[in-house]
Amino acid sequence: MTPGDRRWFDKLLTIDRRWIFALMAIFVVIPAVFSFRVPVAVSTEVRVIHEFMEKLQPQQVVQIALDYDPSTLAELQPMAEAILRQAFAKNARVIVTTLSQFGPAMVDELITRVAGECEKTHGVDYTFLGYKPYPAITILAMGTDYRVPFPTDYYGTPVDEIPMMEDIHNFSDVVAVVSLTGGNVADFWIQYGNAKYGVPLALGVTGVMASDYYPYLQSGQIFGLIPGVKGAAEYEQLVDRPGDAARGMPYQVMSHALILVFMVIANIGYIARQRSLRQAKR
Amino acid sequence: MKLQIPIFIVFITGIIMIVQFFIPHEVSEFVFTYANDFVIVVGIMALPLGIYSLMKNTASKARREKGSEAFFALVTIAGFLIMVAGGLSRDNFTNPESILALMFQNVLVPAQSTLFSMLAFYIASAAYRAFRIRTWLATVLLVTAFVIMLRIVPLPEPLATWNGELVRWILSVPNMAAKRAIIIGVGLGAVAYSMKIILGIERGYMGGDR
Repeated sequence: MTPGDRRWFDKLLTIDRRWIFALMAIFVVIPAVFSFRVPVAVSTEVRVIHEFMEKLQPQQVVQIALDYDPSTLAELQPMAEAILRQAFAKNARVIVTTLSQFGPAMVDELITRVAGECEKTHGVDYTFLGYKPYPAITILAMGTDYRVPFPTDYYGTPVDEIPMMEDIHNFSDVVAVVSLTGGNVADFWIQYGNAKYGVPLALGVTGVMASDYYPYLQSGQIFGLIPGVKGAAEYEQLVDRPGDAARGMPYQVMSHALILVFMVIANIGYIARQRSLRQAKR
Repeated sequence: MKLQIPIFIVFITGIIMIVQFFIPHEVSEFVFTYANDFVIVVGIMALPLGIYSLMKNTASKARREKGSEAFFALVTIAGFLIMVAGGLSRDNFTNPESILALMFQNVLVPAQSTLFSMLAFYIASAAYRAFRIRTWLATVLLVTAFVIMLRIVPLPEPLATWNGELVRWILSVPNMAAKRAIIIGVGLGAVAYSMKIILGIERGYMGGDR
């Protein structure tokens, strides 16, 4: 064998990344052509949020903080939609805020659509207070009074003129905050919303962020966690309304399966080459 | 004086903010709200400076550079001007038919989603190159990644249950131990760094290393 010859395991170890990209493109297209459903097992951290929402009494107030932007919309919007529908179904009053600068237009579209489908009235059943910069300061100010960071709602109506906000002043008037976020806003909710004001907090985060927030689950600083598309699909299953997350799961399964296959291929090649090198030394 | 006055302001403000955090009284709440208003005011005052600096550099780049660099600079300027024009009317924010809303839905949303979804391609390539059993620590990393990713893939029973339990254990025991250590370490570091700033030992925020 000359030094220029490449053995089969060398080929396995040096696959051109363009092939990887091409295969990934093919794999994520497959579910679009051949649609199939992926079974999801519901985890405890998702189930507790669903159970909490199920126990909401009419007229209780829940704050849903939609702190994400378009880059994480695919993972977090299905959670937002499922939780909003559940809150409306329980006749709870919903305060919606966003601490993401790209959030307002997305949130406005979402809440207007969902509230319209659930026949809920703005200002009576829900209110969208809009966006304010500086998440930490805004959360701290909401703990004092919602009117401090949000003197008007997103549409310019003074908060004092919104009927449902009459008896709502700060976190002590809400039963919980559910923050759906693709960034570090979740940290501010934990540090200020929960730690300083003691508001019960649940989080919905992207898949890659999930492992960062498990410590807060065990410490009781958050009472539930919805991780990524899988978590969203679990929630959709619990509310018995499969949506975008259930439709997204096959794409996620295919891409993960391909990554696993490449990991196996790379390690078969690596083991074979190491064995070959050892034999050559002897 | 240029040095002493900022250090004095930082010291007084820092001490007040530390003390007020531990005093649940309405005066303390007032001090806190009042101080936070300053943060917003300072932020707003810094905004025009930032925009001026960005536009000045971008305009200079558009004149100086050629080819794609000049094109990107022009796109930045055009994007800025469109946002200024769109921001002049409040109606543009609340009307779903406005040009700003249409651009948000049809340009920004797909652009951000596309960029984020491209991660799948890079992660596949990175996983192929990085997750190899070179050392025993790398093997632990590989096995953990494999198990965690496998939970997304539907497996036959009882494999699915076993894998689910294993994932739960990984996330709530070794992962949590490591994360908690990091969080506590970062927290202690932040306290130490903040104290250095408040006491005037760390002065990097003034723009120099004096």
